[in-house]
Amino acid sequence: MAATQVVRSEWTKIRSVASTVWTLSLVVVVTVALGMLISALSKNEFDSMGGRERAEFDPTFISFAGMSLGQLAMIVFGVLVVSNEYSTGMIRTSLAAVPQRGAFLFSKIAVATALALLVGLVTSFAAFFLGQAMLGEHRAEIGDPGVLRAVIGGGLYMTLIAMFSMGVAAMLRSPMLSLGILMPFFFLISNVLGNVDATKKVGRFLPDQAGSKIMQVVTPIGDDTPYGPWGGLGIMGLWVLAALIGGYVLLKKRDA
Amino acid sequence: MRRSSVAGMIELEGLTKRYGEKVAVNNLSFTVRPGVVTGFLGPNGAGKSTTMRMILGLDHPTAGDVRIDGKRYHQLKDPLTYIGALLEAKAWHGGRTAYNHLLCLAQSNGIPGSRVREVLETVGLTAVARKKTKGFSMGMGQRLGIAAALLGDPRILMFDEPVNGLDPEGIHWIRTLMKSLAAQGRTVFVSSHLMSEMALTAEHLVVIGQGRLLADTSMADFIERNSRSYVRVRSPQRERLLDVLRQAGIVAVESGDGLLEVDGGKAELIGELAAQHRITLHELSPRQASLEEAFMRLTAESVEYHAHSGTSPEPPPRQQWGEGWKRG
Repeated sequence: MAATQVVRSEWTKIRSVASTVWTLSLVVVVTVALGMLISALSKNEFDSMGGRERAEFDPTFISFAGMSLGQLAMIVFGVLVVSNEYSTGMIRTSLAAVPQRGAFLFSKIAVATALALLVGLVTSFAAFFLGQAMLGEHRAEIGDPGVLRAVIGGGLYMTLIAMFSMGVAAMLRSPMLSLGILMPFFFLISNVLGNVDATKKVGRFLPDQAGSKIMQVVTPIGDDTPYGPWGGLGIMGLWVLAALIGGYVLLKKRDA
Repeated sequence: MRRSSVAGMIELEGLTKRYGEKVAVNNLSFTVRPGVVTGFLGPNGAGKSTTMRMILGLDHPTAGDVRIDGKRYHQLKDPLTYIGALLEAKAWHGGRTAYNHLLCLAQSNGIPGSRVREVLETVGLTAVARKKTKGFSMGMGQRLGIAAALLGDPRILMFDEPVNGLDPEGIHWIRTLMKSLAAQGRTVFVSSHLMSEMALTAEHLVVIGQGRLLADTSMADFIERNSRSYVRVRSPQRERLLDVLRQAGIVAVESGDGLLEVDGGKAELIGELAAQHRITLHELSPRQASLEEAFMRLTAESVEYHAHSGTSPEPPPRQQWGEGWKRG
């Protein structure tokens, strides 16, 4: 079983279903559009801001504001890529064709990850440049310190979100269950945990809280986060690794 | 310990699958051979599908072993070129076209794309190759599943209940296909819960009930042994007739309504005896039990056996069938 055969097969699978196109299109459109809107609003608010708020003003991070919603489409993409196999019964056909379950799962994840990385980077760069255009004179330049890192990091963040979703879906199998857990978690629970003082110290180690640090260029005053941008992305990477290992172990063990 | 394997063989050795307390497949050992259609018969829930999933490495056996051409399934390089399977009516993504479904399977096993068009032609789906499969009828779905099974031009084909839900034309098509595949020297292993269906297609028969092997025999042998012939006799002088038969060493069983049943084709003998003793007969008819009845009787035994035995039971008396097929 040559790995290239399985990768080619998974590429055919992913490009031949409509959900790939609509989820990834939504990622781009939602992230960029919402980022532009919030950038435009922030520009208008700048004049009424106090000194501290102005000092913390992070035009790069603001242009990524749409990711909080856009990542949900990325989650749907990641979940569907894996759980479609189960909800349709395709998994039995797939595993009969590729009985090496590790090769099957990781080829699928590799193909979907490559696609997510491409779309993530396109989204991130588009959100940055269009967001900065909205910000007018308050904009950041791509050559400013830390900005290019943040923009590339935004693409990596989106990619890791997709990978984490694939791992969770591989563990849970059901698309509804996976989405029912991931969507509220990333949209609500993680934000709550990260912003309430009592849980902040734990909350900032959650995958999205830690990972989104990479998109920050201006550190808020008095910020005591114990990791830097790459450290945060690393923490997110560990979450992803755990989810993928969990998914692999269960797939290996379970009856199809 | 392992027998030398001929290409195209499926060998099960003590194959067992337990789900908690429930035993779905219980110590199954048999071999499926090339060149004939082997019917895999059992009532619904007998463990046929579980067995087939274990053959494909989809379900992990609790105990025992199954080999394809002497190898475990996951050891097969490009398994679709060894064994093709139609597992259930629908095992694909409905949003994908028939062509793309087959293409991704072909690519995973290094099968050229031209073969996709060939099998689509074989099963008669060329016209709808670029249509999404969710719009397919039951019969088209079955044809797509068979196209996937044929894709790797495998020596072994396995079909799980292939005629379920098909119209008569589709059933006829599948029967003809299975026979022609076997005639090409391939191994064809097909499950069904209908004896009548098997009688029309299978040359060899493996019967299971409650996950146990009940018979492993040629179809001809099964028919010979199980199509019990008997003679039905009705007479107003029943008691006298019974006496006469007993004296002649013939065992007659009363089957209610004043009817007698005598095993074997002894109609002439009984008629002559009755005439000699001037006994009036109202009916003397040679009869044959149907295969369906034989199958029901066979599987009913396994059901009863389970229900009545408290301790771990011995295997049911399957030895009476198909001794010739047991490994020497």
